[in-house]
Amino acid sequence: MNKPNASAAKMPQSTIEIVNKSLGKRYRSERRFRLYGLVAIILSLAFLTILFTDIIRKGYSAFWQTYVEIDVFFDPTILREESLASADYQGLVKQTMRNLFPEVSGRRDKRALYSLISSGAAFQLQKKVLEDPNLIGQTVSVSVPVDDDVDMLMKGRIDRTLPEDERRIKDNQIAWIDQLNKEGRITKRFNTTFFTAGDSREPELSGIRGAALGSFFTLIVTLLLSFPIGVAAAVYLEEFAPKNRWTDLIEVNINNLAAVPSIVFGLLGLAVFLNFFGLPRSAPLVGGLVLTLMTLPTIIIASRASLKSVPPSIREAALGVGASKMQMVWHHVLPLAMPGMLTGTIIGMAQALGETAPLLMIGMVAFIVDIPAGFTDPATVLPVQIFLWYDLPEAAYVERTSAAIMVLLGFLITMNAAAIVMRKKFERRW
Amino acid sequence: MSPTTLLIILLALSSLGYYIGRRRAFAVAGDAASVKTLHSRPTYYGALTALWCGIPALLLFGFWLAFESNIITTLVVADLPEKIRSLPEARLNLVVNDIKNLVSGNIVSGEIDPVMQAAADHYRNLQNISKAALAVVAICFAILGIIIVRAKISKSLRARNAVEQVIKYILITCSTIAIFTTIGIVLSVLYESILFFRIIPITDFLFGVEWSPQMAIRADQVGSSGAFGAIPVFAGTMLISGIAMCVAVPIGLMSAIYLSEYANRKFRAAAKPLLEILAGVPTVVYGFFAALTVAPFIRDNAAHLGFSVSSESALAAGAVMGIMIIPFVSSLSDDVINAVPQTLRDGAYALGATQSETVKKVILPAALPGIVGGVLLAASRAIGETMIVVMAAGLSANLTLNPFETVTTVTVQIVTLLVGDQEFDSPKTLAAFALGLLLFLSTLVLNIIALHVVRKYREQYE
Repeated sequence: MNKPNASAAKMPQSTIEIVNKSLGKRYRSERRFRLYGLVAIILSLAFLTILFTDIIRKGYSAFWQTYVEIDVFFDPTILREESLASADYQGLVKQTMRNLFPEVSGRRDKRALYSLISSGAAFQLQKKVLEDPNLIGQTVSVSVPVDDDVDMLMKGRIDRTLPEDERRIKDNQIAWIDQLNKEGRITKRFNTTFFTAGDSREPELSGIRGAALGSFFTLIVTLLLSFPIGVAAAVYLEEFAPKNRWTDLIEVNINNLAAVPSIVFGLLGLAVFLNFFGLPRSAPLVGGLVLTLMTLPTIIIASRASLKSVPPSIREAALGVGASKMQMVWHHVLPLAMPGMLTGTIIGMAQALGETAPLLMIGMVAFIVDIPAGFTDPATVLPVQIFLWYDLPEAAYVERTSAAIMVLLGFLITMNAAAIVMRKKFERRW
Repeated sequence: MSPTTLLIILLALSSLGYYIGRRRAFAVAGDAASVKTLHSRPTYYGALTALWCGIPALLLFGFWLAFESNIITTLVVADLPEKIRSLPEARLNLVVNDIKNLVSGNIVSGEIDPVMQAAADHYRNLQNISKAALAVVAICFAILGIIIVRAKISKSLRARNAVEQVIKYILITCSTIAIFTTIGIVLSVLYESILFFRIIPITDFLFGVEWSPQMAIRADQVGSSGAFGAIPVFAGTMLISGIAMCVAVPIGLMSAIYLSEYANRKFRAAAKPLLEILAGVPTVVYGFFAALTVAPFIRDNAAHLGFSVSSESALAAGAVMGIMIIPFVSSLSDDVINAVPQTLRDGAYALGATQSETVKKVILPAALPGIVGGVLLAASRAIGETMIVVMAAGLSANLTLNPFETVTTVTVQIVTLLVGDQEFDSPKTLAAFALGLLLFLSTLVLNIIALHVVRKYREQYE
């Protein structure tokens, strides 16, 4: 009975049998391959999610700031009429703290006590008194920002269970803070300072307004230069340029510039704009010039694609009714290509907004407290502010850096979304 | 008059010129019916007037501003007492800087001596004269332009042709800016590099294996001559870029294959923009992520496993850079795979190949040149990437292949050598430009090869 089977097994198999036999393996490998692809996409999306959640987790708390209510007695012996602007407001704050905790004695303990309050409190009191000198002699309850370490403690970013010498805030300070908290003096409020102040050495007094305005001025310069120049270059190359070696050279150049590392543009800016033309360092004007050169290829390439998509029949019709070539371009082709060009420009601007490296080269990394008011004032930009803050030792700067990143990403997402919406809205299929 | 005011005045004059020219054209034509007898439409006469009013004045304005400060400085230096003028160049530059600071009201180093004060006053005087002269000359140019063109307007003036000619020249100028940028990059980097190679022989730079750009302030200090061997710096760049490519190429390529061959339209429409977000995130954000999240994560986990990893390891910077590059690889490969003709796929299916076999044996070989081109472009981006490595990689130039150690890269060195440094004749700053030259050349070669390959590939299937 077994014999025929055995001999059949030895007989040469037909092709279809070989194929059928290997099918299981091939299908498994097919499924595996498909799975790899899916895993690759899931991995990239997972990276994206981790990146965003990490930044939000680190930074969301920066939008709140801890304040403490202290009853300040505006002591007439400290605040004399004739020297109101330069009076010892720091002393006023210290006095108030001593009154709150009369039991604290000893230089070191006192200093620890004073350090609970931000050094910005003195400026706040000064401003209050200068605005309303009638306050002198009265006791007023004022809400002042706390020091960044206290802020971190209240936000739960300092681990209370660590041994005392491993944290930046000591046991007695924690006890005082807890007492203040019990008395209901400690409140958390929206951190307006973060949006209205410039850079500062104190985390609780620092903000992104200076950097944001610097970014704004830089982008204005970039936009004003790169959009007209980019469009003009694209129009020439697409509509007028003869096909010869010269235009080929320009094309190769543009494509290459699009892939040149951004830091090289910074070197160019340093050597040409700063050293040769003697333009001011750290100025949004120079930053804008450098970013213009950097974004031009993007805009030119996008604009050319947009011009290409305008059908030739439009051009022929315009020429047919007697328009000159220039009129054909300005009156008919350009308006039709404009949405695509604007989309490309927005994307280029988003690129410029996020760019850091070339701006480091032209000195936009200085520590600048003042908020820039023009194109030649020393300024910094948002990404550079992030770079300046990320490795400062205070934990509060990590939080603020992440918050600044969130603001920057917010702008970028808005710009890109605007570009997508525009593309969807004005896209024409011919 | 400040430059901004002058600029606004010139623009205003220019638009005035437009109206004058246009009105003149109507006047020349006579009544409304005979406007047709003009060669061009009246707006072209206006535009011609505006162009002749604006362009010469603006050109003058640009050149004046570009050379003003240099000329004034030379004049002031020439008027300085002999004693100061005979100082060595570096010292003289300091003096000039002091004068400039005095002029702009900044604090100067040392006390103000009367000579300096006189020079500063002289400088300020010249500056004021120059500004006034610029304003007068520019406005005269503008008005002269209007007057001349207005006088020339007649029925037979070919205004449209003239305007179009000028516009065409403007277009040509704009399109050559790309070339000037490239020339500017090459010249500026090359010039400083040549200065550098005069001090440090080029062979020492290219083949030296030690990099420590610290120059001593005193000649007798320990380690007074820095070592400028670029090999460890380049090795570090290659190591980090290599790690990045190891992350980016498999993930990017597989994503591209899945998206173009397997995914349905809905999935594709959702996943593609999400992947593109990865490309839109600023590099400084990746740097922050690498330095504060990924590097500590790797270090702590390695410590659990019992071996020590530097907190500025090449692995952290490279991995994060890889994540950044994924979308470049995937979108470039996606384009290339989509360009493979459908007939090739259909042929493979007809022979009974499964989808993965089609991809592996037909599509990938056909798309290989394009994919290689895309990978090369991505590699050039990895080499030139700055912020991630500045923030997450180290400064010490170790010649190592161990991804857990600290290495440094070309871009990190450029940034650390140039940020906050003002002296422009020390080898330390010049070295940054030499590194920049090497960086530019290496990425240029990669880009040219890549763009060439991609272009050839496209032509093959178009």
